[in-house]
Amino acid sequence: MMPRGAQHAMRCAWLCAVTFCALGVQQATAAPLADVVESAQPKIAKLYGAGGLRGLEAYQSGVVISPSGHILTVWSYVLDAESITVVLNDGRRFEAELAGADPRLEIAVLKPREELDEIPYFDLEQAQSAGGGTRIIAFSNCFGVAAGDEAASVQTGTVMAVTPLNAHRGVFKATYRGPVYVLDAVTSNPGAAGGAITDDDGRLVGLIGRELRNSANGTWLNYALPMEELRASVTRIQAGELAPAQPLAQDNVGAANPTKLATLGIVLVPDVLDRTPAYVDAVVAGSPAAKAGLKPDDLLVTIGGRLVQSRGMLEEELKRWEADKPLKVTVLRGDDELLEVELTPTP
Amino acid sequence: MNQSYAAGIIAAALLTAAPVARADVDPTVLNAERERIEAMSRAMAPSIAIFAGGQGGGSGVIISSDGYALSNFHVTSAAGVAMKCGLSDGGYYDAVLVGLDPTGDVALIKLLGRERFPAAEMADSDLVRQGDAVFAIGNPFLLATNLQPSISYGIVSGVHRYQYPAGTILEYADCIQTDAAINPGNSGGPLFNSSGQLIGINGRGSFEKRGRVNVGVGYAISINQIKHFLGCLKGGRIVDHATLGATVAADNDGRILVSDILEESDAYQQGLRYNDEIVRFADRRITSVNAFKNVLGTLPKDWRVPLVYRRRDVETTLMVRLAGVHRSGELEKMVEGGEVEPPGPQPDDPDRERKPDAPPAPKEIPAAEKEPSTELPEAVKAFYEAKSGYANYHFNRVERDRVWKAFQSNGDFSALTGTWSLSGDLPPDGGDVQIDLGDAACACTVPAGQFGFALNENLSEALDPPKSGGMLAALSLWRRLLVKGPAQFGDVTYLGAMPLERWGEQLDVFAAMHAGVECRFYFDPATGKLAALEFYPTDDAAPCRLHFREHLVVDGRHWPSLVEVSVGNSHFGDFRLREFKVKPPMGNGT
Repeated sequence: MMPRGAQHAMRCAWLCAVTFCALGVQQATAAPLADVVESAQPKIAKLYGAGGLRGLEAYQSGVVISPSGHILTVWSYVLDAESITVVLNDGRRFEAELAGADPRLEIAVLKPREELDEIPYFDLEQAQSAGGGTRIIAFSNCFGVAAGDEAASVQTGTVMAVTPLNAHRGVFKATYRGPVYVLDAVTSNPGAAGGAITDDDGRLVGLIGRELRNSANGTWLNYALPMEELRASVTRIQAGELAPAQPLAQDNVGAANPTKLATLGIVLVPDVLDRTPAYVDAVVAGSPAAKAGLKPDDLLVTIGGRLVQSRGMLEEELKRWEADKPLKVTVLRGDDELLEVELTPTP
Repeated sequence: MNQSYAAGIIAAALLTAAPVARADVDPTVLNAERERIEAMSRAMAPSIAIFAGGQGGGSGVIISSDGYALSNFHVTSAAGVAMKCGLSDGGYYDAVLVGLDPTGDVALIKLLGRERFPAAEMADSDLVRQGDAVFAIGNPFLLATNLQPSISYGIVSGVHRYQYPAGTILEYADCIQTDAAINPGNSGGPLFNSSGQLIGINGRGSFEKRGRVNVGVGYAISINQIKHFLGCLKGGRIVDHATLGATVAADNDGRILVSDILEESDAYQQGLRYNDEIVRFADRRITSVNAFKNVLGTLPKDWRVPLVYRRRDVETTLMVRLAGVHRSGELEKMVEGGEVEPPGPQPDDPDRERKPDAPPAPKEIPAAEKEPSTELPEAVKAFYEAKSGYANYHFNRVERDRVWKAFQSNGDFSALTGTWSLSGDLPPDGGDVQIDLGDAACACTVPAGQFGFALNENLSEALDPPKSGGMLAALSLWRRLLVKGPAQFGDVTYLGAMPLERWGEQLDVFAAMHAGVECRFYFDPATGKLAALEFYPTDDAAPCRLHFREHLVVDGRHWPSLVEVSVGNSHFGDFRLREFKVKPPMGNGT
């Protein structure tokens, strides 16, 4: 007969052994980091667009999300170009254009301007969520160091916290209000925005956000937008929502009685540039705009679910809307306040 | 019973005394941790802190037990010739500058005053992959006041990166990018792979708006690049980088084509032309302009490298000789200019005008006030010799002597001062050949006729026999070196170690001037034998090259029984030696 203590100890030892085995199996299947990196690299895109002036890099990063070459990235001035050049890790390049953008999440989807297929991509349905302590791999073209057929830069780190970005209101100038992965690696560098955050197995968990500096203490935040927060929006954009406003086609007469800025009570800043942003210069007292709470300096971002990238496009879009119908608009106030309002025409 | 009792005690001990978490950890994880700690402690030994006088300094790594160590040019430039180095074992040594590659930001120094130094093992950095674990050892922010270096751990973030020159020099080509923290003071220090083998020298980071601190993007000069330069650096030289004499550009199909080429370049003279497609260069496939610049950036001036080009579907391979990037004297001027701004933000960087809300950027480690370096420490004096164009000419003598000593182990020719009378034949014509080589004159009889000339005049037009490019003069210079040795030959310096016929080999090379012409002697480092000689009658003429092969021992001396003669790319003939005699010196001018 075995003493009770010894029996217990044996059981413990056996349990330990079982645990070891289980862990052992898991370890044995984990691929070396270099292999994980290699398999993820074909799905990372280097993007080149507008910018190039002092302090504004003309490049950023992106993630391929469909076999036909759709790219998920952050919405920024870099995308403010007719055509954005996409370069993959094998040096293959193609031109893409904005398919749509979600101003609330500050993300955008690009679609290639040519027919492509069989491009390696991240299936968003397979995206994972991460918690504090999850080890991550970051892929981006930070500092634009990866040229041509060079693979994007890789860094490793850990999710330190999953926390709302606006926990302390006004500290970070971002419209995004949801949770972010705060990372312990310096992943947010010039050009890194739009890069991929994956787990140890190379499964997508997040998108590197644009550079954010803490206005209280001047430090830079290293963070990523969780994929689970972006998925629904990406699906909507891919379905055609939040697409950029387009000029009316030749044969399209638009609305019978189109909406006019004047009847809405909106005075925009003068159209002096090629693509003057649709900033509100003044709001007519008592007008639909005034009743909805619009103010001077608000930036009109969407009209009726269409992205308006310039004053000209806004005016084109208005031609589609009957003057007697309510109109949903999104405005950006300051750097970090996004308002969705409905302009109801005065009867 | 006893056994289970013991098991009980062990298990109880596991559950109580040892931390519980420990028992849960997979043994492979614990093994990996142990291996990492061992690799780091091995790698600590050759890692050094460099004190460049005043507050300047950085890091370095010893690469051979006789004390040769690598660092950055921008680290040693603050010190000039003499500096102090600290090891993690507490040793503190004088060190002397040996050689400089200012363009590549590399300095070779030598630690003095110890029999054997711990040395790092150099890996093949072309095998490094993205995602590989790496660690940097060094002296960030000059923290190692107790000589204990700091270690930062990370992965390889990118390979074959190209970083444009900061100013006119300090170009980082084909470098390794890492997220291991590289901070000011890490400059010149080693980057190791997970086994503790040296893969690069840290020297640069991408810094922008956050001040000169690590932002997870550091760059190391690949150790394979430094291996290319090492021979030249050991010769005490200020080594220049290479240019092909041609530029390349990508066409619409992504092919890399020659977009411009200098007629005086060796590549042009060997047949490379505008619009030829570059397929391979220095044994690497060329798929982008960056790839070409990366390869070129790792090569020293004077190297010969294979170049494969395609023209109308025909591929041709050349061994092209590379010229220097800088004009003569240009690099020396930069070196003499003293300190070099560390690569990173330039004075016009926005960070220099910090915004009021920005945190104070960490101050760059101030380099020493440039001391009037007239007085060298006693320990260093014996290891330094100033000469224009050299970082330290003392080491040129050291290398020249080493090579000559190795040569002499194959026979001492200094007593053979008489006329060397060589007879043999020169296929394919098959004709008999008689060659007489003296101190003052030489002569030969070949199927094409009889030729001869005095050797005390300028040899730049001594191209006989016809179409040989100057075989007779070349043989005379061969005899001259063998009999007189490098000290009496004329101006003979050690040029470095470089390939001649194929990629991968490195032969020791002497550059020699005599009678208005330049020649190069190539020695096989394995045997010490003279493998080849190149005779350059003029700067732009194709050199006459002699390859010495199939050595036979006669009277304790190794003689080549076959001398292959070529001019540029064309083969002149194989001179097969049947008989060799030394006759009394030829009469004056005969």
